[in-house]
Amino acid sequence: MSAATQNPTSGQNAARIALELKDVSKSFGLVRANRDINLKIEKGTIHGIIGENGAGKSTLMNILYGLHRADAGQMYVNEAEVSIRSSADAISQGIGMVHQHFMLVNMFSVLENVMLGSEGGSLLKDGKKATLKTLQHLADNYGMTVDPYALISDLNVGMRQRVEIIKALKGGADILILDEPTGVLTPQETKQLFEILNVLREDGVTILLITHKLAEIMEITDNVSIMRAGQMVGHRHTADTNPQELAELMVGRKVLLSVDKGAAKPGEVLLKVNNLEIYHERGHKELDDVSFEVRGGEIFGIAGVSGNGQTPLMEILAGMRVPSAGSFEVLGATVSKGTPKGPKEMRNMGVGHIPEDRHVHGLILDFEARENMILGFQDADVAGADFLFDSASITQHCQEQMDHYDVRPANPFLHAHSFSGGNQQKIVIAREMYEKPRVLIVGQPTRGVDVGAIEFIHKQLIALRDAGCAIVLVSVELEEVMGLADRIMVMNDGQKVGIVDAKDADTNTLGLMMAGLTSGEAA
Amino acid sequence: MSATPPLPRWADLVLLPLINLAAALFVCGVIVWFIGENPFDALAVMFKGAFYLFPDSLGYTLYYTTNFIFTGLAVGIAFHAMMFNIGGEGQAYVAGLGAAAAGLVVAPYVPAIVAIPISVATAALFGAAWAFIPGYLQAKRDSHIVITTIMFNFLATALMVWLLAGPMIQPGQQSPQSSLIAASAFLPTMKDMLALVGIEIAASPLNLAFIIALLAMLVYYILVWKTRLGYEIRAVGKSQEAAKYAGINVPRVIIITLAISGAFAGLLATNEILGVNHRAVLNFTAGYGFTGIAVALMGRNHPIGIFLAALLFGALIQGGSELDFEFKTITREMVLLIQGMIILFSGALAYMFNPPLARFLARVLPGKGGNDD
Repeated sequence: MSAATQNPTSGQNAARIALELKDVSKSFGLVRANRDINLKIEKGTIHGIIGENGAGKSTLMNILYGLHRADAGQMYVNEAEVSIRSSADAISQGIGMVHQHFMLVNMFSVLENVMLGSEGGSLLKDGKKATLKTLQHLADNYGMTVDPYALISDLNVGMRQRVEIIKALKGGADILILDEPTGVLTPQETKQLFEILNVLREDGVTILLITHKLAEIMEITDNVSIMRAGQMVGHRHTADTNPQELAELMVGRKVLLSVDKGAAKPGEVLLKVNNLEIYHERGHKELDDVSFEVRGGEIFGIAGVSGNGQTPLMEILAGMRVPSAGSFEVLGATVSKGTPKGPKEMRNMGVGHIPEDRHVHGLILDFEARENMILGFQDADVAGADFLFDSASITQHCQEQMDHYDVRPANPFLHAHSFSGGNQQKIVIAREMYEKPRVLIVGQPTRGVDVGAIEFIHKQLIALRDAGCAIVLVSVELEEVMGLADRIMVMNDGQKVGIVDAKDADTNTLGLMMAGLTSGEAA
Repeated sequence: MSATPPLPRWADLVLLPLINLAAALFVCGVIVWFIGENPFDALAVMFKGAFYLFPDSLGYTLYYTTNFIFTGLAVGIAFHAMMFNIGGEGQAYVAGLGAAAAGLVVAPYVPAIVAIPISVATAALFGAAWAFIPGYLQAKRDSHIVITTIMFNFLATALMVWLLAGPMIQPGQQSPQSSLIAASAFLPTMKDMLALVGIEIAASPLNLAFIIALLAMLVYYILVWKTRLGYEIRAVGKSQEAAKYAGINVPRVIIITLAISGAFAGLLATNEILGVNHRAVLNFTAGYGFTGIAVALMGRNHPIGIFLAALLFGALIQGGSELDFEFKTITREMVLLIQGMIILFSGALAYMFNPPLARFLARVLPGKGGNDD
């Protein structure tokens, strides 16, 4: 609670408050997406909201913009209490929003898109004229030049985003919410965006910038609020803080889970990654020149704020995506763009994969536990020797695994969605460990898992390491990486920042590296 | 806010379809009452007409049922992969070409024991081929299966009209139909088959295709729930992402599923062409392909459910025509309306009663601790 009170200095210079939230809460079913959020945003500033994926930032913004309704709490715009029930309410209060995913009609021109919702009568002539004038005005004053007659589908991502900003501003917004605006931008486009935001700020527009990128917060914001697990955990003047402090606040200091493990006995190199690169379908680089080696008998941790290239890296290593450039050697085979290997081949070679999102990849929620226990191994003998499945064997196999991994309830016929998060994860882990993989790719092994199961899962991973498996562990829980891994690679913006020995690592250095500063710069 | 509680499995499989059926019959009953007839009398006439009014009533009903089983299975198997095959009509139509071609080209030279399997297989193969193309376009080119299968219905119609009015027309005839296929490819009627074991029944169009339909149900059941391919089909249907993770070749599974779906639809031609018409004719599919969608929906994509739904629709056709005879005020159009109502309530509105029923059951049944995730 104390961390959630606003920095007292903000009230002193009597700056007017553009937006204020008091004790706002929002739940989706049992998930408390926002809890007692307090937030004050000064007029004419750029205010950053930072937090990991799933921290509740987008929910909060959707409440501000009237897309969700808060369960409790008050909202004030320009120091007057308001009730925002729809995006139309938000717009009439001068709040504009640029969504992470663009809301544009691709086959319309810029002019038509900007005009949408304010066509000004059944004939388009007047509306067009007025919109053209607005476009000209924004171009003159803010440098937001854009060809009114260009089709959206012909524009690059940066320009599309500019159109979104224009759409928000033409309604007279003086509070602008930007949800992860740079996620899909190139560095140049990001620079241009920031120039525009600076001009807008000078003109008195209040800007809310939602991001999980620390560098952007440091570069452009005046104040920053940090969210974690649905709560506000701190407010800072950007000038008074540093990336490392922000990273710690975001990731959170948890009680260090003591992981009981002996020293690693690294064997031969089982996985060698050479200059891997991959592009997002939108065109930006998701993974940039990443190289490392992992030996049998060690856990190679990958730390970083989520969304910095860990997911594509894991998917490439598991055979689910093909790299644009670079290669990796695993258990004697080389995989590259020219010689791709699918998930089945990787699995047959002895590469296990515990995916980071068990609901999307790891399990089929509508399948029975026993069917999930053979997912990916549906061709293995345990499922039956020929074309037909051996139902009895599948059930028995599942029963054995459930007993061994203490899955509760140990009922092979229950559908996967009926298990708790921890037990679902145990099903995935049981499955992936059964064939004794020699290389294991693990993503967020304990996300949404209760404490007891966390300890169990950690023990299993250590046991597998000691059996000589090379484990690549990706986790956004810094403590988990530090506790489990023998060496830690930190990633930022798709790149490798550096690799440190776990015994030399501390949250300070890792925090700085997660913000993109190499250990040399950090010293 | 409050999400719908999950419906117990038995209620979803049994209760909900029955409620849908009751709702449809209720609406029809009201309409019948409005035009001045007693709805209960009408229902009784339909039931009798479908099952025992005449010695051949049941035979006719089961003959129609056969067609619905095939198209219901076709739609059902595609549903398991989350593919909406609306092209059963076209696939069955083109399969008729295959059946007739085999009956005309191969059958004259071989005995029935060879001619029948070859003709049946050719029908299935032609149906599969006609569904393979939309399947391929969906899997590899992202062309939406609903659009392409509809288009392929029109293509099938155009193709068949051209063939039957042109190259395949019976020499010396004006009506658009092919020559008679060789007798060795005729499917034996149920009457003849039962006579062999000393059972006497009335003559009806019911033939060996009904047995083929029952076998197809068994194949469908084993395929979907007992084989690797079935597992892959269901995995793709439930979660393409998880299927990809599991190393399943998703496009390949989609193509194979559609081909199997087309083969099931194609078997309809065995009943109509090999069993009854004994030649390729125009429009023998008569909408069975489309009604198959309602059959699959109502039957919850399970062979037993599909059989019961097919039987219902078969009984509606046979009992409906009886209704037409018995009541002066009830015309053929009225019968179509009743069929339409049932399709509407058990197809398009299949889940309309789901939320209220689920809430009702959640309140009535003792709390069994819902899902804990």
